[in-house]
Amino acid sequence: MNAALTLTDVTLTHGDGPETVTALDDVSLVVEPGELVAIVGPSGSGKSSLLAVAGALTTPTSGSVRLGDVDLVAARPRERDAVRRDRIGFVFQSGNLVPALTAVDQVRLPMTFGRAREHRDPMELLAEVGMDHKARRRPHELSGGERQRVGIARALVTRPSLLLVDEPTSALDRQRGQDIVALLARETHEHGVATVMVTHDHGILSHCDRVLEMLDGRLGVHVA
Amino acid sequence: MKPSFLALRELSFARGRFALMGAVVALVAVLMVLLSGLSAGLVNDGVSGLQKLPVTSLAFQHDVEESSAYSRSIVTTDAVEPWREQPGVAAAAPFGNTLVNGRTDSGVEIDLALFGVELGSFLDPDVEDGSRLAGDGEVVISASAAEQGIDVGDTIVLEPSGMELRVVGTLAGQHTFGHVDIAYLSLRSWQEARAGVRAGDEVPDRVYREATAVAVQADDGGNVDLAAGDAAAKTTSMTLEDSFGASPGYTAETSTLQLIQAFLYAISALVVGAFFTVLTIQRRGEIAVLRAMGASKRYLLQESLLQSVVLLVVSAAVGIGVGLGMGVAVSATEMPFALEPWPIAGATLLLLGLGVAGAAVAVLRITRVDPLTALGGNR
Repeated sequence: MNAALTLTDVTLTHGDGPETVTALDDVSLVVEPGELVAIVGPSGSGKSSLLAVAGALTTPTSGSVRLGDVDLVAARPRERDAVRRDRIGFVFQSGNLVPALTAVDQVRLPMTFGRAREHRDPMELLAEVGMDHKARRRPHELSGGERQRVGIARALVTRPSLLLVDEPTSALDRQRGQDIVALLARETHEHGVATVMVTHDHGILSHCDRVLEMLDGRLGVHVA
Repeated sequence: MKPSFLALRELSFARGRFALMGAVVALVAVLMVLLSGLSAGLVNDGVSGLQKLPVTSLAFQHDVEESSAYSRSIVTTDAVEPWREQPGVAAAAPFGNTLVNGRTDSGVEIDLALFGVELGSFLDPDVEDGSRLAGDGEVVISASAAEQGIDVGDTIVLEPSGMELRVVGTLAGQHTFGHVDIAYLSLRSWQEARAGVRAGDEVPDRVYREATAVAVQADDGGNVDLAAGDAAAKTTSMTLEDSFGASPGYTAETSTLQLIQAFLYAISALVVGAFFTVLTIQRRGEIAVLRAMGASKRYLLQESLLQSVVLLVVSAAVGIGVGLGMGVAVSATEMPFALEPWPIAGATLLLLGLGVAGAAVAVLRITRVDPLTALGGNR
């Protein structure tokens, strides 16, 4: 069986000549379905670039990125839109919900982007993240942790094979952060999703199957 | 793709700001209806009498100043015969036009445009009330003059000559020329009125040979070679529509209103464009997130355009409704005002089309939002 996400010798540079900045330096990473991988590292170490490359938001300068059997480097922009829509779920910092939509509509929203595949039931999913009692609330009526839960439900509704999580606890207190990551771990394991989580927060790493560290664009094993 | 899912929910969520924008568009639509009515009303007041002539072209004096041909032109009745003989001409007859001041025997002061026609010619008008012209010294008047208190049987005394004209009939509907009511009379009476002949005057023969123009009616679907006719009759021809510009004030009035309307369309398109520009810039973060989640550019463009169409259609409908209501009220007054469906429909389409175009230019910014900015410290 193919790994969910395979990065091989990925390098990403910005600019050229003497101004060149290397965001990712020969990075290789394999994430299996049902595995929660955390990536830690200081600001500017390349964590966000790794998410961007894995999430088909940026094409690397060299190397290969495969999502199951799809080659993301060779894909055209329109195909990358479709891959993000159908096979990747994003969880952003502080949820990044659409202000106009109620919680249940946030979860329905990705279904309106394209042909309906086998979506999960939005209300069931809200119940799974513990938000079914606030399904009719809009983001401004929800706490930071609640928004993040809705954001997770939104990311999972299309049954993605890859879940990319960007600093999920940055806006949360310690206890709520713990709860959110525990929820992510549970979803990852129960639904066989490959999850890559970028974080600053060392307090949540115990929930993760594997912890890697990013330093100056290079990916290595994290030493606690 | 179902962009309406997001578009309609955002419209409803931000209904306050959309309502403000919609109010501006609605006010523009009100103004548009009123200007359209005023424009149609002024055209009616200016040239409705000409529009109702059964005429395809008019042959004025050779080398006449075209912008004021109706008041300056003199042709002799000799010019009628060459026109009658032109191929494709069904009928040709002398036509006299002059503006006069008068007073009825009951004391009503009135300005009139006298249209002199040969009795029995194709210009001799049908009447709605009273009887047709039967001889000299008789007039039939526009229905709008009748509204000013002039009735069949009244006598109009022209000033200063003192010539008397008896009202024998009224025409169907409004017949005006240069904002003045029209009175048809025999060509001979018109010639005397124009020359200012007083009772007992010696009238030189040439007065009875003069008219303003030769009115020409082409065969049905026929084409008259105006240049050839002009060469034969030594005249300067204008089609009936072209001659509107030769009537008093017509060009100045219509071009002023057209200029105002053009500005209105431009303002409306720019305001809608500016609104959607600001809205799109404010939504940049949200758009980046939606793009990262896999929403295509097309989805987001359709979503915003749908919002602009809903906004424009709803507010234009409200504005036109209010405008028509006000228009009906204005029509009841003395103001030259006429609500006509086609100009309003055309103006509405232009308003909607330009509004959507303005919004389209604005929302094209969506395509420049990089979904990468949804990640990390960029937000």
